[in-house]
Amino acid sequence: MARAVSTQKKVMWTALAWAFGLLLFFPILWTFLTSFKSEATAIADPPVWFFFDWTLENYTAVQERSNYPLALTNSIIIAVGSTLLGILIAVPAAWAMAFVPGKRTKDVLLWMLSTKMLPAVGVLYPLVLLAKWLGVLDSRILLIVVLMLINLPIIVWMLYTYFREIPGEILEAARMDGASLRNEIIYVLTPMAVPGIASTILLNIILAWNEAFWTILLTTVDAAPLTKFIASYSSPEGLFYAKLSAASMLAIAPILVMGWFSQKQLVRGLTFGAVK
Amino acid sequence: MGRITLEKVQKKFGDVEVIPPLDLEIDDGEFVVFVGPSGCGKSTLLRLIAGLEDVSAGEIRIDGQPATDKPPAKRGLAMVFQSYALYPHMSVRKNIAFPMKMAGMDQEEQDRRIAKAAQALNLTDYLDRRPGQLSGGQRQRVAIGRAIVREPAAFLFDEPLSNLDAALRVGMRLEISELHNTLETTMIYVTHDQVEAMTMADKIVVLRAGVIEQVGSPLELYREPRNVFVAGFIGSPKMNLITGPSAGQHGAQTIGIRPEHLDVVPSGGTFTGTVGVAEHLGSDTFFHVHVDGLEEPMTVRADGEVSLHHGDTIHLEPQPDKIHRFDADGLRMA
Amino acid sequence: MATQHSRSAARWMIAPAVFVLLVWMLIPLCMTLYFSFADYRPMRATFEPWIGFDNYVSFLTSSSFLDSVVTTLQMVGGILCITIVGGVLMALLLDKPMFGQGVVRILVIAPFFVMPTVSALVWKNMFFNVDNGLFSYAYSALGLQPFDFLSQAPLFSIIVIVAWQWLPFATLILLTAVQSLDSEQLEAAEMDGAPALSRFRYIILPHLSRAITVVILIQTIFLLSIFAEIFVTTNGAFGTRTLTYLVYQRVLESQNIGLGSAGGIIAVILANIVAIFLMRIVGKNLD
Repeated sequence: MARAVSTQKKVMWTALAWAFGLLLFFPILWTFLTSFKSEATAIADPPVWFFFDWTLENYTAVQERSNYPLALTNSIIIAVGSTLLGILIAVPAAWAMAFVPGKRTKDVLLWMLSTKMLPAVGVLYPLVLLAKWLGVLDSRILLIVVLMLINLPIIVWMLYTYFREIPGEILEAARMDGASLRNEIIYVLTPMAVPGIASTILLNIILAWNEAFWTILLTTVDAAPLTKFIASYSSPEGLFYAKLSAASMLAIAPILVMGWFSQKQLVRGLTFGAVK
Repeated sequence: MGRITLEKVQKKFGDVEVIPPLDLEIDDGEFVVFVGPSGCGKSTLLRLIAGLEDVSAGEIRIDGQPATDKPPAKRGLAMVFQSYALYPHMSVRKNIAFPMKMAGMDQEEQDRRIAKAAQALNLTDYLDRRPGQLSGGQRQRVAIGRAIVREPAAFLFDEPLSNLDAALRVGMRLEISELHNTLETTMIYVTHDQVEAMTMADKIVVLRAGVIEQVGSPLELYREPRNVFVAGFIGSPKMNLITGPSAGQHGAQTIGIRPEHLDVVPSGGTFTGTVGVAEHLGSDTFFHVHVDGLEEPMTVRADGEVSLHHGDTIHLEPQPDKIHRFDADGLRMA
Repeated sequence: MATQHSRSAARWMIAPAVFVLLVWMLIPLCMTLYFSFADYRPMRATFEPWIGFDNYVSFLTSSSFLDSVVTTLQMVGGILCITIVGGVLMALLLDKPMFGQGVVRILVIAPFFVMPTVSALVWKNMFFNVDNGLFSYAYSALGLQPFDFLSQAPLFSIIVIVAWQWLPFATLILLTAVQSLDSEQLEAAEMDGAPALSRFRYIILPHLSRAITVVILIQTIFLLSIFAEIFVTTNGAFGTRTLTYLVYQRVLESQNIGLGSAGGIIAVILANIVAIFLMRIVGKNLD
């Protein structure tokens, strides 16, 4: 039983937790505020907090930069594409491993996870070479395939754990209730598997969106997603803090929202079930 | 109709024979309970009948028709699982409707049957809820509702009450018995709890290690257990099983005396001992008595008014015609 | 339950995933292995397919290798210390009764979802910048000389950036572990007269040890390949060149493929040592 806690204590914990929470969140908050300032206000001394002329000019400026729309499109296509391709390959595999486990299932699963731990630099040059040879360097399809491959172990793993949670008795009940295999899949299995598939998709879009090794090194312009686009701000060009902030907010906002929805899946997806 | 016949049915998992060939006849309308300790094969036997496991050899017939190779869906049986196995993404109404939907029954008939089942099981107010919002007892009722709307040839229950708390279990036990009286359909019920078996069954099948130890009505099993295992398994508190010289006097390897067949006498008596623990239930009192020369304490069921306490000396006399005698193989002697 | 038929169907369902991962692992890795024994410098049009272990010898004996290993260890070690200690404290804090717990959780977890290039750039320019960074304002407000973080303490700066990104991960996983602790255990300890510090030392910490091990292993594997943060901030200068970055420079900047490949293979071997421990824990938990 939980004990009743005195309000005084609760207020104290609340203050402490909020203080640390805001401290960790502060860089994002500051970026958010700066993105609405003019460039001059952005570097004002002393720093300006909330009371300034809020402006959207940075967002307009960023949108107008020639390569922003392209980078955004690339990010969306690469993140969504690699995730869906991964799901397509992973669903049958995870399904089979969860429902028809064999003696070697566990070994296969662990082997798949071990490929995730291969350091990227170990295969950097061959990949560049192969991409050049196939003529796909700086193309979306290359990144879709590469990001799919590096996230496939996580996709398989997450789906496997979700599928395994579907109790066998329910499938037996459906069989007793007269469902054919087809009906069993349509009416019982799929509805129970969909939430798991959805959260797997969500988490993997986030991972693919933020991937910043292959996306930086395998693209130049045409297929460059937001990771690369933002990196191009690393060489300063006059006053640019406000525009940098606006570009950053555009790159992280959608993922922050998705991330908040997938907190719980994060633990499952990134610890491979080692923490429950 | 629900007459189920098992002929030389055998089940092996790999090289391990979990059920050696056995024969069993279940009559239409009978309430049969498979009872035995865990791992005795009772659930496996039920799943063989359901078709959820394939038999390794032998034949299963339902109403005279061979059913051995039929898939579970085609056997016309309904099953209530230990975990209830409700579909979590469907409302109670849809859960109950599912088997009828699978059978392609028309909507009107479905609604009529759902209403009838919901009323019988007190579920009318909960039809639009999800299983996750129900209590254990309500989930159990939904599982039963899903089973009865099909009007199956027989109901199969796989330890359906083991996830409920003690008070609910007694209530549900009565409800299932009443359901059997109303529907008069064959029911096969698996449990490890001999109280459930005794109170509900028309016929009890006692299993051990896949082998049928005895088949009979609850009273037959109580009065004439065929061997030491059944004698010890059926009845609560357990029968006192005594070996050694005391058994030898009756010309047996082992004798069995039920706690309720031991009289407390003022002096003399066959057994004399000291009272260990005394459990006062009000109506009855159970004494655990340490008798000289016996390793195990004996249990005695006495009237609730008998007042003896820890450490008191007690004299016991078994009722002569209620002594069960077993030979060296543990079998009952005539 | 499973019949022969469903077994073979299952094999076909698993096959594509196994196949693509096998190809993905084997082909590039074999190529790297092959190059690592070759003298291959495309810029100078040099290609000699077999020079034995020369690349390994010169990679391993070069001072930049040793430096990079030291840098990597310092970086990974520093980040691990901050995230584990901070993560345990944050997890215990977030487990306390409070108002708006959900919102605080969201605030804490947010940095993990920030793109590495974004967080590196934001920290570099808006916090660490000696002229216009917030830290410089803070220093001058306190009457101190502004400090140029990225050139005077570059390794520390990168550790701060990456630790900020990974602290939420550690917190979230450790919080999951804290919440799975049976409160009756703590109450039993309280009844036994254990003060708060002892309860932490003898009950909470042992309970968390597994989760901490997992966090350390997983983070190590990810942290060994930190790239974007270095790429954006120092580009490997000022003693921030990790093993990963060194290999990247050998392969793509100086185009010494043979040497870089030998470095790549060494990185793979080192990562595998960590991975083996992680796989053991995961494997045990699988059943």
